[in-house]
Amino acid sequence: MNAGPAASDPILERLPGLLRDWLLQWLPEPVRWLANSLIVIGCILAVAGLLFAFLTLAERKILGRIQNRPGPNRTGWFGLLQPFADGIKMLTKEDIVPRAADPVLHLLAPVALIAFSVLTFAVIPYGRHLVPVELDGAVLYFFAAGAATELAVFMAGWSSHNKFALLAAMRALAQLISYELPLLLSFVPVVLATGTLSTTGIVAAQAGWRWHFLPHWLVFTPWGAAGFVIFMVSALAESNRSPFDLPEAESELIAGHLTEYSGFKYALFFMAEYFGMCALSGMAVTLFLGGWQAPLPFLEVIPSYAWFAAKILLLLLGFIWIRATLPRLRIDQLTRLAWKFLVPLALVNLGTTAFWLLTAPWAGPLQVVRWAVALALVAGPFLALGRGLSAGLGPRTYRYA
Amino acid sequence: MNAALIAIALVTIGAAVIALSCRNLLHSVLLLAGSWTGVAAFFLWAGAEFAAFAQVLVYVGAISMVVLFAVLLTRRSREDSAPGPAVRGRAGWALGTGGLVAVVLLVAVGGTAPAVSPSPPPVLTVRQIGEQLMGPQAAALLAVGVLLTAALLGAVVLAAAGRPGNGKDQP
Repeated sequence: MNAGPAASDPILERLPGLLRDWLLQWLPEPVRWLANSLIVIGCILAVAGLLFAFLTLAERKILGRIQNRPGPNRTGWFGLLQPFADGIKMLTKEDIVPRAADPVLHLLAPVALIAFSVLTFAVIPYGRHLVPVELDGAVLYFFAAGAATELAVFMAGWSSHNKFALLAAMRALAQLISYELPLLLSFVPVVLATGTLSTTGIVAAQAGWRWHFLPHWLVFTPWGAAGFVIFMVSALAESNRSPFDLPEAESELIAGHLTEYSGFKYALFFMAEYFGMCALSGMAVTLFLGGWQAPLPFLEVIPSYAWFAAKILLLLLGFIWIRATLPRLRIDQLTRLAWKFLVPLALVNLGTTAFWLLTAPWAGPLQVVRWAVALALVAGPFLALGRGLSAGLGPRTYRYA
Repeated sequence: MNAALIAIALVTIGAAVIALSCRNLLHSVLLLAGSWTGVAAFFLWAGAEFAAFAQVLVYVGAISMVVLFAVLLTRRSREDSAPGPAVRGRAGWALGTGGLVAVVLLVAVGGTAPAVSPSPPPVLTVRQIGEQLMGPQAAALLAVGVLLTAALLGAVVLAAAGRPGNGKDQP
């Protein structure tokens, strides 16, 4: 929120900035920078917290509908107060710490996890003038903060002094480390194409339309589409979402590394998981889906932050839909998928991007060749590697069914 | 400005000192990660954003994991802690070596004339760093890459050597 809105923008676009300026004018000059930062932090925390609350409700409602039941509908109108009831329940629950546990680390693990998760929200451009912190290496910052959460997962598992929690933490770490690689590799083509690591720069590079209707979003290029899919699959795994939720696997492993956590600390872990999911979706929107840009020129009357919200909600709905649809993977399938499929695909995608960028001056019929070659470079390795991955696992024949 | 530097230095060095004196290896590792975060904070203070984020991504994110796994996979039991400083001589040696390093550092710092007017540090963008790494410093980058790959291969060879039955074991 440091870029001053231009006076030529529509009023809705400038509204958040104007509101902030109106609030700041009541304060003396020396403390304005501090108040500005506090307002931004407060806004992020409030929006993220409310999003978390209603996301849990939406998830339960949608999962319920998909499974042919109504979902929570008793607390408030249509169950709208359910998240708050859950919050109060979590706050008033007893906080149990095992006697043999390491009390400091046991307390520190959820705090560190939530702190690093919230840090990632700082660099996402939420709208034309709504960037909390503009950094030159914003994408790097985002993934650095995300990588630090692994330490918190380990702390949670180890400090519980429970061998099952420790084993589950090691499994969770194996998963997080495995999927960090395709996650990082899948955004490198974006940096290659836009030539910047700053999130505002990446969004600005996706402005404009081809033939007045096709946006210049990176997802509409062959390598961008492939990168987006790899990014989303890795994001699912990084945020412990189904079908990669085997670190906690409610139905099989009494919540894995969170076994010894109860009450509000347990809620904090859940909050961090949802925050991570929201932040990764926000990053996916920024990197591949044009950030806050409107999909069509005449739709630009709707303010940019509304477009960002619409896109991020769409991705979050996708997360929920996948959870309702796909069964859980086994740990060997999980690591095999990462190392034998996603990492090679992401590396090939890097080459595809290089080809795409080198052939940018091609025009006319050569443009068709460019698209064909790029699509073949995306689809060929996908099919070849997919065959290799499922070799020997072909359709099952049930002899005694 | 200087208060921030002193706070960062205190956190970094303090975490390292406590990590050295900790009896619990896991606590030491976590404190070491804290110390690395302090170094990242120092980079940030000095205006080297890229180095700071790379420091967090590589050291706090990856290297600390390697250290943790190494500690967990090599310890015999949970209460197995580092050997205590039983020998008085070791403390003497440590103090002597530390003192020598301190003397060298003091002489070096004292010998350099302090800059009269500190020039503002150049503001480098990530793009400039990348162009430097890919242009004039490309050879050094390649050498580092080859070195790290060799180290990785060496680690794989070392780890694979002790495995009974080569190759065809079922998972």
